[in-house]
Amino acid sequence: MDLDYHALAPEIVVAATILLVLGLDVALPRRRKYWTAFAGVVGLTLAAVPLVTLALGGGPGARSMLGGGYVVDDFALVLKAVFIAGGYLVLLMSVSYIESDRYYQGEYYLLLLTSILGSLIMASSRDLITVFVGLELVTGPLFLLAGWRKGDARSNEASLKFFILGVLSTAVLLYGMSFLYGLTGSVTFEGIRTAGAGLLDSGAFRLAVLFTLIGFGFKITAVPFHFWAPDTYEGAPTPVTAYLSVGSKAAGFVGLLLLCYRAFPSVTEIWGPALWVLAALSMTLGNLTALRQDNIVRMLAYSSIAQGGFILVPFAAAAVTNDPLVIQEAASATIVYVIIYAFMNLGAFAVVIEGARRTGTSMIDGWAGMWRYAPRLAVLGAVFFFSLAGIPPLAGWYAKFAMFLAILRPGNPWTAALAVIAAVNAVIALVYYARVGKTMWMDPLPDGASDGERTARPMSGALALALGISVIFVILAGVLPFQLAGVFAEAAKVVTAGI
Amino acid sequence: MMEFFDSGLGLSLIVFLPAAGALALFAFPKANEAAQKWTALVFSAVTALLAVIAAAVFDYGAAERFQFEVMESWIPAIGANYHIGVDGISLPLLVLSAVVTLLAVIYSWDHWEEPRNVRGFLALMLLLATGMNGTFAALDLVLFFIFFELVLLPMYFMIGIWGDGARRRIPVLGRTVTMRLYASIKFFIFTLFGSAFMLLGFLALYFRSGDFLGANTFDIPVLIALGSENAFGSGTFAFLVFGAMFLGFAVKVPMWPFHTWLPDAHTAAPTVGSVLLAAILLKLGSYAFLRISIPVLPDMARQWAPAIGLLAVIGIIYGSLACLAQTDVKRLIAFSSVGHMGFVMLGIATMTDVGFNAALIGMVAHGLITGLLFFIAGSMHHRYHTREIARLGGNQKLMPWMGGILAFTAMASLGLPGLAGFWGEFMSLLGAYRPLAGLSLSQFQTYMVIGAVGTVLTAGYMLWMLQRVNLGEPKEEWSGREFADIGRYEWLAWAPLIVAIVAIGVYPRIVLGATTDAVVNLARNAFGG
Repeated sequence: MDLDYHALAPEIVVAATILLVLGLDVALPRRRKYWTAFAGVVGLTLAAVPLVTLALGGGPGARSMLGGGYVVDDFALVLKAVFIAGGYLVLLMSVSYIESDRYYQGEYYLLLLTSILGSLIMASSRDLITVFVGLELVTGPLFLLAGWRKGDARSNEASLKFFILGVLSTAVLLYGMSFLYGLTGSVTFEGIRTAGAGLLDSGAFRLAVLFTLIGFGFKITAVPFHFWAPDTYEGAPTPVTAYLSVGSKAAGFVGLLLLCYRAFPSVTEIWGPALWVLAALSMTLGNLTALRQDNIVRMLAYSSIAQGGFILVPFAAAAVTNDPLVIQEAASATIVYVIIYAFMNLGAFAVVIEGARRTGTSMIDGWAGMWRYAPRLAVLGAVFFFSLAGIPPLAGWYAKFAMFLAILRPGNPWTAALAVIAAVNAVIALVYYARVGKTMWMDPLPDGASDGERTARPMSGALALALGISVIFVILAGVLPFQLAGVFAEAAKVVTAGI
Repeated sequence: MMEFFDSGLGLSLIVFLPAAGALALFAFPKANEAAQKWTALVFSAVTALLAVIAAAVFDYGAAERFQFEVMESWIPAIGANYHIGVDGISLPLLVLSAVVTLLAVIYSWDHWEEPRNVRGFLALMLLLATGMNGTFAALDLVLFFIFFELVLLPMYFMIGIWGDGARRRIPVLGRTVTMRLYASIKFFIFTLFGSAFMLLGFLALYFRSGDFLGANTFDIPVLIALGSENAFGSGTFAFLVFGAMFLGFAVKVPMWPFHTWLPDAHTAAPTVGSVLLAAILLKLGSYAFLRISIPVLPDMARQWAPAIGLLAVIGIIYGSLACLAQTDVKRLIAFSSVGHMGFVMLGIATMTDVGFNAALIGMVAHGLITGLLFFIAGSMHHRYHTREIARLGGNQKLMPWMGGILAFTAMASLGLPGLAGFWGEFMSLLGAYRPLAGLSLSQFQTYMVIGAVGTVLTAGYMLWMLQRVNLGEPKEEWSGREFADIGRYEWLAWAPLIVAIVAIGVYPRIVLGATTDAVVNLARNAFGG
């Protein structure tokens, strides 16, 4: 069996970093454990190097391994870059947060890096087995990370809920996959696509498709498979929540993209309506529930459910057409949305981490008058939250714009109806995102708080770096989205190729 | 200078200099307020100067053509371009926007609302200016959308942070709210709701344009050219698209019944915010009707015209009646805007060149007059610390200059011949007398009569307000108090407005000279003949 070591280099570097972190954790005395964080950050940075060389020297055609089950193409490269960048930001956000807890630092980075490795595998997977391995590698460490704050009952609850529902969804997913294999006799997406075309009337095949979709529905927290998310998000350490809402969610979307566009193009009449309903429900219920939240992390949890709905919207467009260009545009819209969402949501979480540290609370009302003692943080908060709301010129507008462009393209009444639902939801979402801006900028300081009290401790350098990277991305991608759109159109061409 | 503008660089600077100024403010420490004021002044003054020069070098012989165009690729993946340019329709509004922003900076010189934050306030104001100027210059739907939305955040923060902190009971909500918070989010949500649908309409146009051109386009001139061949027809598609855009624009104008955000936002906003809202932000919607809706979907415009006219006259009467019931000076001026924008929309609804001209001169006049009225209301509030009409009175005696200017502006607002406000109302009614062929004559003539009643009502509430505020003896509570009359910065900010109101009043060609050819061309292309 031939392995292309250049193509696998990012995974190899991350795996080596994991071993290094493990070794350092054993070797270092307790008070110097922060070196594990440093090793993780450096390792991820190094992992980005082969990505660049692969992108530059890729040449025509993808690098394919393991009988076509593991492929490094433009799609994989773009998403790996996103996963590495996202993981990098989460690592930066974790440094001061985890250090202040003062225990199990080594294990924390070990698990986080393992999860990132899983997402890298997801991006390259082109058969059911690799998808499954990748997905479990993403999720497994997160069960532990969600329960990181052992002494905190909420953290325990977060972990347990996540674990039980995660296992349930895995079971459903595996069940569907086993049917797929049984019916088509193939585990590769290409094989399933070819064989699936002859199984259109098979009830078992339709059921298998639905089961796989439901399995991924849990991972991307689509309504009605979202119940674990708010409690888990609230209870888990905030950097882990940030990773859950971005990294693991994006991995779920990657799986969904690959399955829908590559494995199931013949049964659009099953997954099209199913994802239409999931998108509409996720946007609407996610938003309406987010309106009622007073805890900013819970609010972000529901907001991420709603954003997941927006990300699902283009799938409905791809399902109602045979035009390859339209399908490609839909895939591209999903990828663009995932990427922009990743940066603005991570930025928002970084603000939440710093805001909670400054104020000692993650209740929104506790952040009143923040601009008086932390004006820069308040500006950043406004930038990220209004970007999530999709207000130009911040990056979020282009994500929503690309989504609307994709959903309106087929000119079908059903997709137009979904566009209207999305438009109304974009307005509802503004209400709760604006509330954060309002609290920080327009509400008076709470009684008994003085300006000086909350200024004392400066922000950690790592967190400031994470904030800086995200804010630059959010503004640049909002003003000049064309580079972004071009790159992702390439990635979309690959994922939809051959439909 | 010609090349500077013909290359389009001048216009790009008019759009982006204010935003650059907003960034430049952060070069100085927060405490150095003088440096910030001067920076804002320089950037807005250069912008206004460029706009005035643009108006001077503009080729009025070809006012129907887009001039000073720039066309650069921006988002090639979807064919969106950085395409800007001005014609006779947008030029007067662009100049208005650039100049009023400068005046707002001057007025701000010694008027700061609490919590005092000079840098933040000026930065938002300059950002707002980029959004406003950009909307008037944009010739690409995506670019237009971006600029149209760009004004939301600065205005939201301006109202929410520095607005009126009074608490009021809102019957619909059933609870008491802080006005600035309530008004700011209401403004934001209403506008965003409209513009979300507007965007859907834009995208629908984009997709349909591909059927005729082979490639989809967001380019406004290309879409106008398609519209003049009536490419989008008058079927369900055109109906829905017009309706979607109508929602976006009508909320912004605002037309009755989408106007409810306006009185709250205007009343709660800090003085400069109210001025910019009234003078320029309201024009974005009515301008968009002339720029996009009508030329691109002329058949639909003709079908919607009676409905637009009806909402316009309802707005006129409703606004005037609501004014009669107001006890707050600022709220009264805000409602008067609903009435005045009703005249603008009535002009547009006639679908004739006379009506479009009426709308444009009405927009400019309303911008100057209502802008000035809000300045005066702000200055009076600054001195009396109240806006209650019942507590004011004898203003003429306490502050003779202030009273005089208020009387002058109120006269301009009620449409006194010889002042700018007259032309918009007069020509709009004239247009309604003879609407586009094919529209119901009796219906529009009824609108005309109702509109004429509206002018009487307008005169009524304005004079009544003047009588209560300006005339009579000062109230007991002000006895023995000294009030500073109009100050230096107030004069500097107001004088250009006063001059412009008189100048346009006696010589309306200042505006019409630019607009006439353009609107004649617009009406001819859209409706033939």
